[in-house]
Amino acid sequence: MADVIKKATRDGYGEGLIELGKKYKDMIVMDADLAGATRTGKFKSAYPEQFIDCGIAEGNMMSIAAGIASTGRLVFASSFAMFAAGRAFEQVRNSIGYPHLPVKIGATHAGISVGEDGATHQCNEDIALMRTIPGMTIINPADAVEAKAAVIAAAEIDGPVYMRFGRFAVPVFNDESTYKFELGKAVKLNDGDDVTIVATGLMVNEAVKAAEILKQEGINADVLNIHTIKPLDEEAVIASAQKTGKVVTVEEHSVIGGLGSAVCDCLAEKCPVKVKKIGMNDEYGMSGSAAELLEHYGFSADNIIKTVKEIIK
Amino acid sequence: MDNSTKKELEIFATKVRMGVIEGTYCAKAGHPGGSLSIADVLAYLYNGEMNIDPKNPDCADRDRFVLSKGHAAPALYAALALKGYFSTDELKTLRHKGALLQGHPDMKHIPGVDMSTGSLGQGISAACGMAISGKMAGKDYRVYTILGDGEIQEGQVWEAAMFAGFKKLDNLVAFVDFNNLQIDGRMTDVMSDLPIDEKFKAFNWNVININGNDLEEIENAYKMARECKGKPTCIIGKTVKGKGVSFMEDVCSWHGVAPNEEQYNDAMKELKATLESLEG
Repeated sequence: MADVIKKATRDGYGEGLIELGKKYKDMIVMDADLAGATRTGKFKSAYPEQFIDCGIAEGNMMSIAAGIASTGRLVFASSFAMFAAGRAFEQVRNSIGYPHLPVKIGATHAGISVGEDGATHQCNEDIALMRTIPGMTIINPADAVEAKAAVIAAAEIDGPVYMRFGRFAVPVFNDESTYKFELGKAVKLNDGDDVTIVATGLMVNEAVKAAEILKQEGINADVLNIHTIKPLDEEAVIASAQKTGKVVTVEEHSVIGGLGSAVCDCLAEKCPVKVKKIGMNDEYGMSGSAAELLEHYGFSADNIIKTVKEIIK
Repeated sequence: MDNSTKKELEIFATKVRMGVIEGTYCAKAGHPGGSLSIADVLAYLYNGEMNIDPKNPDCADRDRFVLSKGHAAPALYAALALKGYFSTDELKTLRHKGALLQGHPDMKHIPGVDMSTGSLGQGISAACGMAISGKMAGKDYRVYTILGDGEIQEGQVWEAAMFAGFKKLDNLVAFVDFNNLQIDGRMTDVMSDLPIDEKFKAFNWNVININGNDLEEIENAYKMARECKGKPTCIIGKTVKGKGVSFMEDVCSWHGVAPNEEQYNDAMKELKATLESLEG
């Protein structure tokens, strides 16, 4: 593991936009005074004429993006998850979602790993909010390679897309030269019959680590990377749940309304099995380094291992 | 404006008002007051000012119209029907289950509707998006939006005003329907947003105050907007809510209530008389 490269998924967002700029000559990238942090700044430097800074007015940005999309242009609107999904929820719902306009929302700094900024900026609710919007595609990539590929794929989706990225540098485990992003398809990262671990975002790498350690102890886990939370790859989730009969969901998001809830919604109706959810419990975060907070709130391979052992008892 | 044009527009506006009464009566719901107050400006926009083709509603180079005060949909629908975007029969099923005409404008399904609106404050932002997209593409289409004077209490309106002024969107014209009534009472009693003109001026807009029910003043204002370069234009139209139906005029309770059968008959009788006198 010595030569593992670490990179934040927001960097994949920035790189994906640059790549798209080469192909879509009239695309527009919008931001709300966070271009450096969201990594849209690179696009701004490369294509200054196609970059719009809306200032600190996220609701306005979302409705403007809707107007731009209505004229047939590819448009990305960027901010922190807290403001893109939280503050601007109703603009996303009514200006973008209801008319099903193909605005691509790039939401960075999602989850507890925002770190030192503390609870006001740690958005653990965005997946829950976005899932309720009919026709919204939700993508939560696991590493920077997957993030970049997802951004490029999002350009072709005929409808609104919410893309969730992190601030914190995490291991890059996908190989950019071979990785193919398939929208709505779970990625099987480990095969096992004893338990299913369904993970998303930066928890995917922790899930793989957990599966490796569990294997040494004779516990074989199926590991699914759910980069597309909506539409959920129900087929893959059900197939694995049928095989193992026990499911652990893992996400850097509230246990209310996120991946865990989406998996439970699916399994409760179509394949009822025992499920345990790992996520942010019903509470706010606090300031601290990303690593400290991830450990504190149980976003770790260790906690996955512990939870797996509880469920297979 | 010559007399025959003026008469044509007055006839169109009267027919829009009849459509508003028809639609809200059939729906047993809707917002007649604020729909009647904008019939004149819609008559002007849809008969000469805007470059549109009802046979080709999605033409990329068309002018755009965004009804930011989306609850005045009955007036917009009546104007669109009169222009031939869809049959006037549709007005009779306004707000009915399964019908074309939704309670608020729905761009996905209704021909001629350029943006889905209804949640106040969002339409003007969408109009800004259309305007800046046109400018960036070097297109010369123009974008028109109508706001309510209650609507501009929404903070998003001022975010959009700041954006349009700073970005010098001179292809954007906003009309504020200043009738001084909102659901809870007089705007100046509920939460005054006066002075409206100074606020838009402060955001670098070209501001024109007019009588918003006077077609000649409306025409002059939109002509001045075309002449103005480097700034978006805000036309503040002093209007009478419920205009054209005497018992609805300047009465707050007609904001969101449909006429009953007797009121419908009285309103239609008055509007028909207006129409007959215009058509001579």
